[in-house]
Amino acid sequence: MTAETADAVIAVKRASNVKALRLAETLIIPIGALIASAVIFSIFLLIIGKSPVTFWQLIWTGGFGSSFSLQNSLQRAAPLVLTGLAFAIPARIGLTMIGGEGALVLGGFASAAIAIPLVLNHVPPVLTLPVMALIGMTAGGIWIGAVGWLRYYRGVNETISSLLMSYIAIAIMNFFVEGALRDPASANKPSTMPIGDAYRVGGIPGTDVHWGFAAGIALALVLWVLMSRTTFGFAARMTGGNPRAAKAQGLPVGMLMVSCCAIAGACAGLAGFFEVAAIHGQANASLVAGYGFTGILVSFLARHNPIVVVPVAILFGAIAAAGGVVQRRMGMPDATVLVLQGIVFVVLLVSETFYGRFKLFQPPSTGDRV
Amino acid sequence: MPFNQFSRRALLKGGAAALAATALPFGSARADTAVVLGIVYVGPKDDFGWNQAHAVSVATLKALPGITVVEEENVPETDAVAKSMESMINLDGANLILATSFGYYNPFVVDLAKKYPDVQFRHAAPLWNKDKDPANAGSYFPYLNQAHYVDGVAAGLASKTGKIGFVAAKPIPSVLSNINSVLLGARSTNPNATVQVIFTGDWSLPVREAEATNALVDAGCDLITCHVDSPKVVIQTAEGRGVKTCGHNASQAPLAPKGFVTGAEYKWETIYKQYADDIAAGTPLPNFLVGGYNNDMLRNTAYGAGATPEAIKAADAAIAALKGGFKIYTGTLKDNTGKVVVDKDYDNYDPYLDGMNWLLEGVQGSIT
Repeated sequence: MTAETADAVIAVKRASNVKALRLAETLIIPIGALIASAVIFSIFLLIIGKSPVTFWQLIWTGGFGSSFSLQNSLQRAAPLVLTGLAFAIPARIGLTMIGGEGALVLGGFASAAIAIPLVLNHVPPVLTLPVMALIGMTAGGIWIGAVGWLRYYRGVNETISSLLMSYIAIAIMNFFVEGALRDPASANKPSTMPIGDAYRVGGIPGTDVHWGFAAGIALALVLWVLMSRTTFGFAARMTGGNPRAAKAQGLPVGMLMVSCCAIAGACAGLAGFFEVAAIHGQANASLVAGYGFTGILVSFLARHNPIVVVPVAILFGAIAAAGGVVQRRMGMPDATVLVLQGIVFVVLLVSETFYGRFKLFQPPSTGDRV
Repeated sequence: MPFNQFSRRALLKGGAAALAATALPFGSARADTAVVLGIVYVGPKDDFGWNQAHAVSVATLKALPGITVVEEENVPETDAVAKSMESMINLDGANLILATSFGYYNPFVVDLAKKYPDVQFRHAAPLWNKDKDPANAGSYFPYLNQAHYVDGVAAGLASKTGKIGFVAAKPIPSVLSNINSVLLGARSTNPNATVQVIFTGDWSLPVREAEATNALVDAGCDLITCHVDSPKVVIQTAEGRGVKTCGHNASQAPLAPKGFVTGAEYKWETIYKQYADDIAAGTPLPNFLVGGYNNDMLRNTAYGAGATPEAIKAADAAIAALKGGFKIYTGTLKDNTGKVVVDKDYDNYDPYLDGMNWLLEGVQGSIT
């Protein structure tokens, strides 16, 4: 009895030790990668004859240095949290779904379209906005859900189909915005009817940051719990590890894939809703702003962990916010920031190969590891 | 290793400087100039088109005393532009903001103008409405179709076949007016001239613009012009095919040494100079500033090798006429479906023309 208890205690200790080591590994490797990319980029700056010191100063000033700068970063991060989640969830089940852009556009368009009859009939905002959000999420969910369905039931490569579906989604929006649903007043920039100031989603009290950011954080928490603390999440991750084995175990692989894709589409659709309800007040070509594609980078850097998507999105928001200041003060082209993003991305991908390679993070071997 | 030492030092320096920066009021460095002009562009500043035209004009202000110019390029028509403009105000102390892309205006310029009543906002499209919009916002816009009319006059004589090709972005009023003006100009010098138009569907689609140019040349057009954000691809493709070209937005003359005739160009510096002078003199900026050849807001690119002596003579005469108030849309004109769309002489700035949704008879193409 006592020997068994002692064994159990050791096992528990070892498990917590392993957990701590793993956490340290997942923190130190990406942070090291960020530092490495900063160094590489500083060398790039020196080569083109610009001061890295000024550059990093400006990144700080423009991204975080004041309450305005911080809000600027958070506001820019808001859509990226949601589109990051839209890539992360299918990634956990082993799908490379890059169609978040299309789901965002279609979700935004659907919510702007449903708003037209509601606003015209003076349905109060407190009812209209949830309906808009729901329709936006549904449209995005169906769109990407269809990608998952095609993947599982028809064997269509989800990366290609989601990308192509994005183009179709944008074309659908353009078709209606420039045709049947065009507001006649929007002569030179075809748009749907504006929802009006009374129907706009405002800022989180005390800030300029719209509620989409809070919604993104809430959703990130919910999805983190879903993916790591529920049987659904366990089954999804197992499917991601080996779909055949999952199927052999009797898991409903098709249902899991379609669900994960639908969740992803709903996230992107919600981002589209906030673009319409908080930013533009209508649907038009400005919805196609590339948030869906930046979300892919965000998710990769977050290693497809829903919680980590949030700080990574803020980092991207800050880089975008500071990019403007860098342009203005250092006279550098906009592409500078793209170079930085590219370096960060490549270095982080390379750093992926370091997981499990450092002895420091490995638990002491007991000989019974499989 | 020296490499490691260097990087660590750079990092430490950067970190220390970043900490120092938080303590310093960074924006104050620029407070010594009277006018801090912030300008945002939707694309790159060297696009051979719309953005370059603005950037070149704003560059002429940089030499003036008391003016600081801060610029940001590739700013999309999303809340990114609101935040960029706000950042110019908060971090650079900008007191005059020039928003140069159509989609920047509503809601971004309007909302920010309400939020920052002490900052002047001017937007490059005739959208400001004195009943609805804040008094510290405003519009400025030259009617480029007058310069396109001059292009047409020259094209009518420079083209041998009288078939002019037009690569257009979207069938919206400002684009349609340029197409129709090219036709009317060309018809004034060659009554049999036609304009064949292809809409690409968006402002910047280089591949489709090249395809459209080739298709127009294949269809027999021997002179190509366009209305897209950056005419670079259209002009280069046409030059490569050995046909003549007329430009748009900025000077594309260097791109077509053999076939360039002339081009419709904005002269933004007239407006920007006026703003700078007004601020220096302490007079309020005009809220609504539109114009054309009659008030020096346009120019045609210096004639290239493709312009014949007769074409140059006719185009110079057309410019003189426009400066004197010549009207472009006059008499009775039918659209290309046979409907009468112009039944009297319209002033070049008549609001009716701002809502143009037709292509004149003689234009081959459809807006739907």
